[in-house]
This record gives sequence, structure tokens and C-alpha cells, in this order.
Amino acid sequence: MAQNLVLRPERPDPDELLRKVMAEEARERRGKLKVFLGYASGVGKSLRMLDEGRRRKERNGEDVVVGATQLESTTDVRALLERLEVIPLRYVEGVPVMDIDAILQRKPQVCLVDGLAHDNPLSCRHRHRWEEVDELLDNGISVIASVNLQYIEEQHDKVAQIRGRSVEETVPQAFLGRATEIEVVDAPPESCLGCEGPGGEADRLRREQQLAQLREIALLLAADVVDHQLERYLLEHGMEQIWSANERFLVWITPYGDAGPMLESGSRNARRFHGELIVAYVARPDLTPAERAMLDRNLKLAREAGADVHALDGEDPAETILAFARSRGATQIFAAHGSRQTWVERTLGGPVDRLIRGAEGIDVRVFPQ
Amino acid sequence: MAEPAARGHLKIILGYAAGVGKTYKMLEEAHELKRQGVDVVVGYFEPHGRKDTIGRLEGMEVIPRRRIEYRGVTFEEMDTDAILRRNPQSCAVDEFAHTNVPGSERGKRWEDVQVLLAAGIDVITTMNVQHLESLNDQVWQFSGVRVRERIPDWVVQQADEVVLVDLPPDALLNRLKRGAVYSPEKARIAAQNFFQESTLGALRELALRQTAHEVEGRYIAQEAEPAPRPDLRSTGAPQAPAVETYDRILIAITADPPSAALIRRGKRVADYLHADCFVAFVHSRGDLADLPAEDRKAVENHLNFARSLRIETRILEGEDVAQTLVGFARLNRITQIFLARPRRPSRLALLRPSLVQQVVRLARDMQVTVVAERHRAAAAAAPAPGLNGSQI
Repeated sequence: MAQNLVLRPERPDPDELLRKVMAEEARERRGKLKVFLGYASGVGKSLRMLDEGRRRKERNGEDVVVGATQLESTTDVRALLERLEVIPLRYVEGVPVMDIDAILQRKPQVCLVDGLAHDNPLSCRHRHRWEEVDELLDNGISVIASVNLQYIEEQHDKVAQIRGRSVEETVPQAFLGRATEIEVVDAPPESCLGCEGPGGEADRLRREQQLAQLREIALLLAADVVDHQLERYLLEHGMEQIWSANERFLVWITPYGDAGPMLESGSRNARRFHGELIVAYVARPDLTPAERAMLDRNLKLAREAGADVHALDGEDPAETILAFARSRGATQIFAAHGSRQTWVERTLGGPVDRLIRGAEGIDVRVFPQ
Repeated sequence: MAEPAARGHLKIILGYAAGVGKTYKMLEEAHELKRQGVDVVVGYFEPHGRKDTIGRLEGMEVIPRRRIEYRGVTFEEMDTDAILRRNPQSCAVDEFAHTNVPGSERGKRWEDVQVLLAAGIDVITTMNVQHLESLNDQVWQFSGVRVRERIPDWVVQQADEVVLVDLPPDALLNRLKRGAVYSPEKARIAAQNFFQESTLGALRELALRQTAHEVEGRYIAQEAEPAPRPDLRSTGAPQAPAVETYDRILIAITADPPSAALIRRGKRVADYLHADCFVAFVHSRGDLADLPAEDRKAVENHLNFARSLRIETRILEGEDVAQTLVGFARLNRITQIFLARPRRPSRLALLRPSLVQQVVRLARDMQVTVVAERHRAAAAAAPAPGLNGSQI
């Protein structure tokens, strides 16, 4: 379904301002969440999390406790645990769960929580450990947690496809998006191969490839979180974002020609750059049935390509597209050669010429039609 | 142990600012190698007065630096020859992007590292993402800093491993405040430059995306042999543009300064699309001899720059620039022509179409990408003096 463009109002809406202030206050009372994200077991997430807890305790004098750890641990991890106060897990129906009431009672400044995706038995107050973390945060306790990429709900299918097996327990990606800080624990795949069992050379290569793919997804996921944080920061500080680390491809489709090749290229470019694909057209009232059919076909292709599709209103198509491109932070506009050029356009320049002339700071790619 | 002829393994520890912990991580890895029984030395180490990092040097063999006099001042550089004589299995080299003082054997530290690798020595090195050539314009756009010490992307692509050292900007700013990164005076200057939260966030995002790109490049290279691709030709029957199984990009440069940004942009797109990439300059004769001296120098600089990025370059002979370009593009199955957007549409543009307009009209069978100059963010502060490329 085509969405209509809602332009951001020039002046801030008082309600929105109030919401922002309240959100700001709530955020101040709420504990801060920091998440260590790893792409596989063995990259060293737990170690990094515990080491950060130790540093905060020993260097900053913060009141730090360990709320939950993995049951199996390496020597390095055990050495760190000895220097920290640990609130023991309790057992419910034989399952180890974080003792949230004991932590709330103890009320530390910082609580370390490993295995964020852990699920609890039904008789617990919360089904998921990440919900318990939410409660700790609401009570003003800061949390440092670690999570493995394969447990992120939205990444689950992709990861399961690569790994050939799937996990039951998940954490919604939005939960990571709310984290004050996310930190990637990066390591070359070799470092995690040790923990994945034996196998021949071919097996090892295949595992390495899988791990590389997972590693890429984790890095891009963190990049997206950082991108949103940055956007929010700029918005809150009234700064204009004229720059983006992320490529955004805006494909301008019309009722006058087949946009197939352009959309295909846009989608390939977006994939290769791990960027965004946006499609827009300028609504015209008086289309012939053939033009209407062409537009519908192009729109269908756009949606099939997974694009974000927008209908725009405006007198001057080139100007309208440019204004939209700027509002969306597009880095490239894809447009087709006009096929119906009048003599005025040949002399003074058609819409594509005007698009190029007006596209300050945005690349324009003109496609054959 | 590797055979003497085998090239050394290169590992790059990538960060996004001073103080994220690259050098620390490099030394940690060196210690880990030593524990495993590898003969490892420190070839170059930049202490920056950071206590934690200097502490990690304990127990490591450090190759003394070479002293070089330049204009009455003594500089210290990595002693590549001494490392070669010592011939360790592995060597830690800080600040991959460093420019050597004039009078050094090689201009850049990354070139010294190439020598070590060629001698079969493994190297672990450190760099920040902003030193990557292809990101130079973007970094300038949001930070206002023109990074001078740059590394061509192919050098990083050749590394066997790229590992990210990640740290949220908050934590980095805390380190800066604690004085763990710079001395107080330098910290004050730094805070006006790269060390603004929004700039750090942007650099960090670039570092995350770049590392993802490097990871992907490596596993894709392992997966498939690329299809054989035709070389450039100057004569013969024109060919239809290649079916889009792969892209061939032609960057058309002029003597104008935006050509450098155009080359970077075109090359970056080519790298992400796994496309072939060429640079061409059109002139009425096949060489540059009759160009005004200033233009000739500019064009030569652009062509040299393109070659330093490992792009094949051509000077095309032709009276009509647009027709020559498009003809050459058809001959070589080019799928995309890259041009710089005209700086300011002159009144004349109404009467005489610009090169961009001419090419767009002629090349209706291929894609034409018009690259716009990037402008600075209005909110970014002007760079304060006192920090140079090596310190960011």
C-alpha cells in the first residue's frame, strides 16, 4: 500500500515537546542498559561484560553485582567472578533463574546479566530474562548484559538459515534499540572455532564461512542501532542531518515507462551497500488507462523489491522528488530518461536535467528507457 | 612455520578514534602470540603517554626506532631494516596510516609494512576508519576535518583479517575527560574536533559498516571465482553494454578539483558492486602536452591518484568530449559512466548544454551517474588548529 508523505512540521509541536521532556525525565530515573553483542559463542562476550563490571567497581567505585552468569565458564571468567559480588541463581522447577527479588532488595547501582535470551518457567513473574532486565531498569538499576546474535528475534530466521539450526529463546531487536549503549565484541572466526566441536578441513571451512556471515550481520545490526541513536541525538539537539553513513537509494518511478531495470538495480545496490531502497512517484490526476496500468505495474514491482513506497503531491515533479529526497536523506536518486521530450524540454532541459541541476549533495543516476 | 617465500599474514585492528583501545588490543594479541610460542616483536609503538597501554609493553621485545634528521629536528620512525635483520615470525606495528618524515626510505608506514609482509613476516597493525581513502569526503563532510594520512582501500582489502575495536562514544568521552587519551591541552582541542558525540557516532557507524564490508569481501572471495572480464580496447566494433551480470564503471574526469571526490565515489561504488572501474580523460590529442601547465598538472595528479587506487586510466583522443566518452564506453561494454555535477549552471548552459547534459543525451543505452559535490554540515564546528591527521 502506498503511504502518503507526512512532512515534518517546521515548528515543534508542543505535545511532542512535552512528550520529549517526560521521556527525558523517565530516562533519567531509569537505569542505563548496556549490551555486549557477539556473533557466536566464544567471542568473549561474558568476559567483556564481567571485565567492565570489575572496572566500574574497582576504578569508579560503583556498587556492582552479578545477577546471572552462564553455568559453564572458562578460567578467565571464574577469575573475574571471584572479584565480584554474585547474587546466586535460584531454581524454579529445576530450572536456574535470575533471583530478581533478591537483586531488587539488594538494590545495586549496576547489575551484570549474562544470557539475556534465557527463558523462565511459567510460574515466574516474567517469561523472559530480558523482561526481568526491564524491571531492573525501571527500578533505577543499570544493567550490563550480553547477548548472542542468534537470539535476536528479527535475525532469527537469517541466522537459522546460515547455521542450519534454530533456537527457541529470543530477545526482540527493539529491546537492543532501547539500550543506551551497544558494543560489538568482534573477533575473527578462528577464535570461535574451538568451541564448535571437531571436524575435517572442509567442515572447518564451511564453519568459517558461516561464522563470517554471522559476524557481518552482527556488525550491520550494531551499525543500524548506532544509526538510529545518531538520528535521535541530532533531532534532540536540533541539528540537521545532511550526511548519512548509510546509502539510501531513491528510485523515481513514473507512469511513462517500465521501471523494472531501475528497480532491479536499486534493489541490488541497496543489498550490496546494505542500504535502504525507497521508491517514490509524483501523483498525476489525468492518466490514460495505459499509463495507469504502467504505474500499477511499476508499483507492484517496487513492493516486490521490498521498497518503502511513497506517493507525492506536487506541481513540479523534479522539485517534488528533490524535496522528498532531501527529507529522507537520500544519497542517490535513480531516474529514467524521459521518453516524451517536447522541443521546449530539448532546449531548456527536461525534468531529468532539472533534477541534476537541483540535486545538491545527492548523486543522480540516469537510466536508459 | 611458513616457507620463507610465503607472504606474511596481515591483521588490521580497526577503530574510529584515538583512545578506543587499538594499541592496547594490538599488544594484547602480541602477548597472546608469545604465549603460544610465536617469535613476536614490537616494530613500532606509539605510547601517547597512556599508562594502561605502556604497561602492556612489559615483557615484549621492542625494536629501537630509527632517528632521522629533517630540517634540524630529529624524528623517530620505525626501523624497517632492523626488523628485517631481526626477522621475527610476527611484528606489531602501530599507526598503519602514518606518513614518514621526508628522508625516510618509503613515504608511508603502510609501505614499510608491505616490505615486512613480502619478507614473510606477519604483521598486526592499527588504524582508524577515517584514514581510508574512499571515506575521505564523507568524513570531511560531517567533521570538517580533511584527513591527510590516507590508505588506499586495496591495501586494507589485501589484509587477511580486519578486526573492529568497538567502544560507545560515551565511554570514549569519559576516557578523554579522565585524561586517559590525551594531555589536558590536547584533549581540549580534540573535544572541538572529532570528539563531539555526533561525530564520534558517525565515525563509529562507518567503522561498523566498513568492518562488515571487509568481512563480506573475504567470504565472498572464498566462495566464487570471478568471471573473466574483457580488457579495455580503443578500436573495434561497438558493443552493447554488458547484461548486468557485472558492472563496468567509467569515471570521466576533467582538470577541475571535484575530480578527486568523483574518483573516490566511483571507486567506492565499483568496490561495493564488485565492478570493474576505469578512469578516462578526453583531450583533442592523445597526450597532455599542449594543455595549460596548471590544467596538465591537475589532470596528471588526478590520473596518478586513480592509479594509486589501482584504477586503470586512459587519455582518450577526441574533439568532442561527450561523443568520445560515449563511444569509448560502448566499445568497452561500460554499464555506468560517472561524471561530476557541473559546479554552477551558467547562463550559457541555457544555450549550450553542459557535458553532463550531452552525455546523458548521447548515452541513452547506459546508466549515467552524476556525482554531486558534498558540502559541509552547517552545525559542524570549524576545525581547530593543533591536531593533524596522525592524531585523530
